[in-house]
Amino acid sequence: MIYPLGLLLLLFLVICALIAVSLKDLLDSVIVLSVYSLIMALTWLEMNAPDVAFTEAAVGAGVTTFLFVAALSKTKRREE
Amino acid sequence: MANGEITSIVIRTVSRIIIPFIQLFGLYTIIHGEASPGGGFQGGVILGTSIILLTIVFGLEEAKRRIPRGLILVFMSLGLLIYSGIGLLDMLFGGKYLEYTRLPLPLPAHEISALSILCVEIGIGITVMSVIILLFFYSVRDEDAHGINA
Amino acid sequence: MIRIYSIISLILIGMIFIYVADEMPAFGSPDNQINNRVYDRYTERSFEETGVTNIVTAILAGYRGYDTLGETTVIFTAGMSLMLLFSRWKNG
Repeated sequence: MIYPLGLLLLLFLVICALIAVSLKDLLDSVIVLSVYSLIMALTWLEMNAPDVAFTEAAVGAGVTTFLFVAALSKTKRREE
Repeated sequence: MANGEITSIVIRTVSRIIIPFIQLFGLYTIIHGEASPGGGFQGGVILGTSIILLTIVFGLEEAKRRIPRGLILVFMSLGLLIYSGIGLLDMLFGGKYLEYTRLPLPLPAHEISALSILCVEIGIGITVMSVIILLFFYSVRDEDAHGINA
Repeated sequence: MIRIYSIISLILIGMIFIYVADEMPAFGSPDNQINNRVYDRYTERSFEETGVTNIVTAILAGYRGYDTLGETTVIFTAGMSLMLLFSRWKNG
């Protein structure tokens, strides 16, 4: 594990999580959550676990975003 | 836009070109999962994602016309049947459940095991692909397959 | 008032988590509990026992075949119950 790179990735991870919670527009929140998944995949890759990184990129950044957007299209877009 | 499909010619053409390559990459991920990162689950998700792209661009009616409900049901059951069937076949030839090396094939033991693991991965891939397509088909409505009401 | 309670409980839970995280095994250390039992067998003999060069696949589908069968059954059950619950699909 390259120490500064891992630290930077984890820092971005925390920032993305905080932004995703604090946004009022839920579609933006979903997009930030997919960025979170992508950074998580990079973190797995950097920890020499390419199988898990593959799963995280395909499921977290791909399918989960689609399912969240499909769920948003049935409910309200903004948080009260 | 009438029945939930994108009419832009750029998006339609690019998707028409790129969907076979996504599916090819999914197949590669499943079949080559023994030697490189990947496997049944990841490849199944990628194959399902190509159908999601098809649904978004060409509309839900077109996707349902190409993939009827019975086919998804058959595929979903077929994947699990392949997996558990290999286990039962091993039991039939005198091994434990999922003990791969007992199949009577004219091959060395580790190659029989590799062949069984390949079949198992294909089974997982088929099941995951059908469940993801099913999830997406049920979560989009007929009228707004892609749009979001603000 | 309820705000103060929630802040206090959050701090307490966070303290518990930090205390537990200090007890966790060091990252990547060879003395870890997971590294001294079956590690040698997986890295040295997984190819001749399962015929697969990717050790992750060898463990997932070979040594831990039951677990993967259970995962596939969970996914299958999710899809099947979804189909049973919402089966108002027009087969066009």
